[in-house]
Formats: sequence, C-alpha cells, structure tokens
Amino acid sequence: MTVYMNELKQIARNIRIDIIKSIAEAGSGHTGGSLGLTDIFTALYFKILHHKPSEPQWDDRDRLILSIGHVAPVLYATLAHAGYFPVQELQTLRKLGSRLQGHPGRDHGLPGIELSAGSLGQGLSVAVGMALTAKMDKKNWRVYSIHGDGEMQEGSIWEAAMSAAHYKLDNLIAIIDRNGVQIDGKTKDVMDMDPLQDKWESFGWRVLNCNGHDFEEIQQAFTQAQATQSKPTVIIARTIMGKGVRQIEGDYHWHGKAPSKEEADNFIQEILKAS
Amino acid sequence: MMHFENRGNKATRLGFGEGVLEAARRDSRVVGIGADITGSVSMDLFAKAFPERFFSLGIAEQNCMGVATGLALSGKVPVFSTYGVFAALRTTDQIRISVCYNNVHVVIGGAHAGISVGPDGATHQALEDIAIMRVLPNMTVLSPCDATQTIIAVQRAIGNMKGPVYIRFGREPVPEFTHEHQEFQIGKGQQLKDGNDISILATGHMVWEALQAAYQLQQEGIHARVINIHTIKPIDEEIILQAAHETKAIITVEEHQIMGGFGSAVAEVIVKNHPVPMDFVGINDSFGESGKPDELMKLYGLTRETIMTKTQSLFYKKETFI
Ligand SMILES: [Mg+2]
Repeated sequence: MTVYMNELKQIARNIRIDIIKSIAEAGSGHTGGSLGLTDIFTALYFKILHHKPSEPQWDDRDRLILSIGHVAPVLYATLAHAGYFPVQELQTLRKLGSRLQGHPGRDHGLPGIELSAGSLGQGLSVAVGMALTAKMDKKNWRVYSIHGDGEMQEGSIWEAAMSAAHYKLDNLIAIIDRNGVQIDGKTKDVMDMDPLQDKWESFGWRVLNCNGHDFEEIQQAFTQAQATQSKPTVIIARTIMGKGVRQIEGDYHWHGKAPSKEEADNFIQEILKAS
Repeated sequence: MMHFENRGNKATRLGFGEGVLEAARRDSRVVGIGADITGSVSMDLFAKAFPERFFSLGIAEQNCMGVATGLALSGKVPVFSTYGVFAALRTTDQIRISVCYNNVHVVIGGAHAGISVGPDGATHQALEDIAIMRVLPNMTVLSPCDATQTIIAVQRAIGNMKGPVYIRFGREPVPEFTHEHQEFQIGKGQQLKDGNDISILATGHMVWEALQAAYQLQQEGIHARVINIHTIKPIDEEIILQAAHETKAIITVEEHQIMGGFGSAVAEVIVKNHPVPMDFVGINDSFGESGKPDELMKLYGLTRETIMTKTQSLFYKKETFI
C-alpha cells in the first residue's frame, strides 16, 4: 500500500475523530495522549511498519509494542483504519465483552495487538526480548516501542535501556511521546527527567528528535533510525497532548478524561473545520 | 508400597540445571537469561553449552522478566532463574502483567527457596513465593521434592507446557529418594506411603521429612498416608479429597509461610468439598534469620519431630470432630 505524505493528514484526521467518538461512547478513557500520538501512529501504520493487516501473525512483520497501554484508543483506531478490524467495532471500547479492553489485552482476540500492557515501564524490556530473537534468528524485522515521557520515571525503563545498548540492538527503535505533561501536571514539576537526551546518550543509545506532528520530520527520524548500526535508537518526539482540539491542547487535565457527547461533537466539528 | 531410601544427598538446584540443559539439547528454542548469579542457580551448565542462547542481563530482574516475555512472544522458550526472593517478589508486577496476562511460556526458576538457605538470613530466604505465584492467573507452580524429580519437572515445564511456570527449588543438598523412571505428571500428586489413619501432604524438601515421620509413626501404630504434592497449582483435588474421605484428617507440610501457601491451597479444596480437621507445618508469619540450615529447620519447626507431634495430636483429636 503506497500512501503519499499528503494523505497521511487526512488519515490522521479520521483517526482523531474516531478516537474522540470511541472515548465519548465509552464514557472514560485517555483522550489527551491518544490525540497527541495520532500523527506518529498514522506514520507508523501507513508509512513505516512492514505489516499485513490481513495476516496479523505474519512472521516477518515489524513488531509495535505499546508500552503505555492507556493510549489504547489511538492504537485501536489506527488498527481499524489500517484494516485489522471494522471501524464500527471502535464503538465497543471499554464495554463488557469487547475486544477493545481499556488497556490492550491479547487474550480478548483483537487482531494486531502484540502485547497486553498497562503497567508502565514494562514494554521496553519486552521489545528488547523480541529484538534479541530477531538478531538470534537473523531476521530483518524491527521492533518499535512507544513510551510516555512520564514513563521515563520508572526504573525498569533504564534497566531495559542498558540491556538494549549492551546487546547492540540496532533493530530496536523506541519512541518517546514527549508532551511534557503527566497526570499530576508538568513532568518537570512532578519529577524532572531532563536532560532526557543526555540520559539516553549516556546509556548508549542514538537519540533523534522530531516534531511529532510533522510527517516530514517523523519520516526523516525513522529513516535515520533504521539506518543506525550497532546501537538502538530513541526518537524523542515533541508532541502536544490533545493535539487537534485547540481547547484541550497541552492541558494535562485531559490525560485521562473523556469528553461528554456534546464536547465530542464540538471537538469533531473543530477537527473537520481545520482540515 | 515401596519403602524410600536416601541414595545420597544432592541439591535440587543441580537438578534444575541438569534438567534445563537436557531440555535445551532437545529443543533449540530454549534460551536462558542470567541475573548475575548464574552459577549459583546452576544455569552455568546451560550457559556453557549454549553461549549463543544465553543472555546475561545483570542485576536487573524486572528487565529480565520483560525480556523473557519478548523472547517468548517471538517464539523462544526462555528460562530465567534467580533466587526465589527476587524471581517471585521483586518482579511480581512484571510476572503478573508481562508474563501471566500475556500468558506466555516463560519458565521461572525460584532458587534458594525456603529457610534452609541458612546464614544469608531473612533477606534471602524465600518464604512467600508459593503464596504469591499461585494467586496469579495462568501460572503453574511446581515444587519438586528432590533433585531427580526436579530434573523431570523442569523438563516437563519446558517441553510440555504452554503458559507460565514457576518452579521452586533449594540450595542445600537433600536426600535423593525418588526414582528416575517415576510416574510424574504435572497436576498429579504422588502417594508415597499408604495409610488410612491420617494423611500427611508435603511439598518440596519437606516430603522426605514427612516420609521419615510417617515411617516412625508406623512403629507407634499410626498408619499415616504420605502424599507428595509437587504441583501446587493446578492442585490435584482428586488425591486430596480421596485422602480426606479415607483418612479423615490432613496435615500439610511446607518450607514456606503457612498463610497463603501450600497448606492454604489444600485447605481451599478441603473446606469446599469435604471438611475434615487439618493442621499445618510451616513458617508461622515471621521472617527467618541467620544460622546453619539444620539449626534453622529445627528452630522454626520444620522437622520430622514437629510433623510427628502434630500428626499424633491431630490423629487423637480427629475422633472428636467426627
Ligand atoms: Mg506525558
């Protein structure tokens, strides 16, 4: 599937609308981070990843590990738009019997879910394990893992970071959603993690930066990351929580808040007008 | 019924290492993870034989558990062993979410279990691991009784299972008494001695002590049945209920906290189906301390003498319950 850059914006717009609809219908869920990561997910699933929506278990697929399970709505909406399952199913989010669990759960059978996750700080270790398998078996598939900036406060992230560099896992690309906020407020007030770039570099990683809402920059970062040899790469993607809906952009109160049906309509109108 | 004899002492951790090595020879998907104490938990046999399949990850147990999950999700069969206190307790969240919720085939070795670790003291004596591991959905919990049985158990855990397995073993050499061609099935207890007066259900290293207690009680006229429960989860309800029906009193024996452990698992089966009087031999809600293994076992009542005393008193008391 060849997708041109100018089409990505339209896809991202549709994914944002479905994120808002599905969370509003659920009555709970993480709106801010899901909207903030939409452009990166769109780039990944429509441009970067080697994958087959019709064959989710394809052996040679790239693996996408979502360590921050709470932004499941962006994963689900992107998978649906990529063709893994019908878009209408997004309306079952967080409901009894749904394959779309509040945090991803593989045992509920949704195609495209690589990992059940939701307790922060675990996904990078799993990504390291998968990358080791690919190296051992001399496979070309890569592992991409998605992390929050607040998640950098978990000690296990740094255990995993150390091990990825130790085993020179250049088939592993981590992405940090650097929106500068977490539930309690700004990351620099809750627990400052700067200088973040220096930390990762000192742990033996290549560090790339990009604007997480600019498809050219996102694409460029991934191209560079894929060309990196003998060390893992982390992309620190500057993002805006709630991106696309001006009245909630950058507002950490929207980390884990769902819009009412009325708010959702307004948000969607705004997204439609902007495009 | 056969009389079990000690063929010589051997540590169950060696059984673990030998079992992993044998399983790895048969299946190239088996990979190993080390957290700095590779030799101590007998994973060095595997690491030397298959260096390209062994990953040293340093003193970072949380990461080890996640890496094991990633290896399993991509088709490997990872074995990660460290001291039980770290394997089961330091990484409980990683085991719960990454390993158990994903229901991946990761084999976790809980080494140096129990108070018999000795002089290292309370920090290194895993006395809570059974309770914590058995409460996790999808987890299988194994607790073999000697090195021979550990070799078999770990090979089954690696070769015949699909989900997560926790296998518990100890540091000190203990009597070797089970047969290398024994009938061993995960989830099935083994009746080692007949008897209809009372049943002693034991797990791990305490099985030998339970047998010795029963042999001595036999001479005093109490015919105790002895059952080895090497699989704590899923537990063999059938053999437990048969013991409850036929002997009408049950003692459980474990080198672990009484609360929430093996005895509790047996009690859950008993109270729901066929209540009979029970008593428990184990650690009574306390930490251990430094000392020689045999001194500690004696001080904390993990001996054949304690088993005999509790068995006698429950045997005489059971009449009043009926
Ligand atoms: Mg954040």
